[in-house]
Amino acid sequence: MSGDLIVLRGRGVVRGCAEGEALVTHEAISGWGGVNPMQGTIIESRHELRGQSFAGKILVFPGAKGSSGWSVAFHTTRLAGVAPLALVFNEMTTKVALGAVVMRVPSVTDLDHDPLEVIATGDWVRVDGDRGLVEVRKAARE
Amino acid sequence: MQLTDDERAMLDGRDGPARQKAMELLVRYAEALGADRFVDTRNVAGVPGSTTPFLHDYYKNVGEGYDVIFSRFDLDSDEVVEVPRVSVHACHLQSGVDPENWQILGAKPLAAALSRDSESAAAAREVRILKTCTPYLAGNVPAAGEHCAWMESSAIVYCNSVLGARTNAEGRESTSAAMLTGKIPDWRLHRDECRFGSHHIEVDCDVESLMDWGMLGYFVGEAVQEHIPVLTGRLSRPDLIRHKHFGAAAASSGGVEMYHIVGVTPEAATLAQAFGPSRPVERRVYGPAERRHTYDLLNSRASDPNVDYVMLGCPHAALEQIEEACRLLDGRRISANCNLWIFTSRAVRALADRQGLTKIIRDAGGHLLTDTCSAIGQAVPPGTKVVALDSAKQVHYLPAIMGLQAWFGSTRDCIDAALTGRWRGERP
Repeated sequence: MSGDLIVLRGRGVVRGCAEGEALVTHEAISGWGGVNPMQGTIIESRHELRGQSFAGKILVFPGAKGSSGWSVAFHTTRLAGVAPLALVFNEMTTKVALGAVVMRVPSVTDLDHDPLEVIATGDWVRVDGDRGLVEVRKAARE
Repeated sequence: MQLTDDERAMLDGRDGPARQKAMELLVRYAEALGADRFVDTRNVAGVPGSTTPFLHDYYKNVGEGYDVIFSRFDLDSDEVVEVPRVSVHACHLQSGVDPENWQILGAKPLAAALSRDSESAAAAREVRILKTCTPYLAGNVPAAGEHCAWMESSAIVYCNSVLGARTNAEGRESTSAAMLTGKIPDWRLHRDECRFGSHHIEVDCDVESLMDWGMLGYFVGEAVQEHIPVLTGRLSRPDLIRHKHFGAAAASSGGVEMYHIVGVTPEAATLAQAFGPSRPVERRVYGPAERRHTYDLLNSRASDPNVDYVMLGCPHAALEQIEEACRLLDGRRISANCNLWIFTSRAVRALADRQGLTKIIRDAGGHLLTDTCSAIGQAVPPGTKVVALDSAKQVHYLPAIMGLQAWFGSTRDCIDAALTGRWRGERP
């Protein structure tokens, strides 16, 4: 871990703080039918993260799409112990709001810089849902 | 958040612990959205207390039964409360098991028993057991302007776009809470100013058949994601089933919850009305090249022409679609190497039984099934590797969920595959 701390300011969606490694996608995520909720992996056929696990990661993504079973799928990841640690996203929808609430993970949106541009997979991220802050420490690149 | 006296009283426990927990969840949800008030709803569609073997096992140490699942999962409550009768018109959407034909679907006896138990518990609480993704074909047809709280993306987009009623894409937890309280956050599609279009789609090829409408929907969903498209151009006036397949596809490839077709849908008499004060942020053309690309995309998951399963009824088949399948079967038997399952609601199945259609399908070697589908029930015939589908939505989900190859085509292509065991569909 190296580099300066970058701070993004936005709106807290679900309270609490969590920190960990970022998993970033530029594609919206489908819940029911798009993830395997027992394994915490993306399964959508043409998704760029297909086969990858978000369990224990800070999930950074544009927003939610697809089935209204989004909250059920992510609620189930919490029960199965494979939920992400926190959510950072751009587009507010009912799917992602309800999903974040029942997953009970710190979540932040409406950031002053596009988190998809600032954060890369592997960066160290701290999400503060109480104050609406996202702190990013860029991973060292080879 | 601004709460009315009535809402405050529910939150304070006046109406008992279940309604208190429901209000607590709705307040957390509304605050997450940034909504500042609730709207009253008397039409709620969800999957209240629906029980799977996983949930049953997970909460075993807490206890068993409807109240446990409803409290802990639906209301996301840390304590178990007694769940009373619902306060408003509430219906149960599709579930995972056909109660009469669960053995054909390969369901485990435990899953069938849990489904039966949660169904009777929901019915006892006055939830109407429609068990379909098409409540509007089974007696729940909201009036224009009515505030609803619905789940099921294909039903939501139909409710907003075709009926002119108002719902966001609600989830299981928010609909279950709304059934007990008659409240849902006043956000987005409940509000006049949020129902205008944002993206203009100009259709520059003929869109007529059900398959055409499914492909157009799949393209539109990818093009606009969760925004509101406004369609103009060479569109024949769609009937109910074309709207159903178009909306279902757009809600799967993207997150479309509402669309306007100028001169067709109720809030789009003119282009100006559809866009209101906003200007289109993007303009896209759907022409022959886009149509070809969409067809190829929907067929990109298949290479083996030997079809061992044909699934129709996504979203659940209307009576006329079952009639069409029967007509296409034309008294022949399906291939010994292939299965044909057609999914519909209990309500439509009752009509199909009386109409003699169920027998025609059975005599051909197929099955007319209810309550679920292959994706929701995660059920395909044993040994299935290659499936044929006439629903872009089902193509989007089923191969990913079940690890299958999938062909997409017309209902005629699919019935032909069932009869011959071979895929002979061609790009139109």
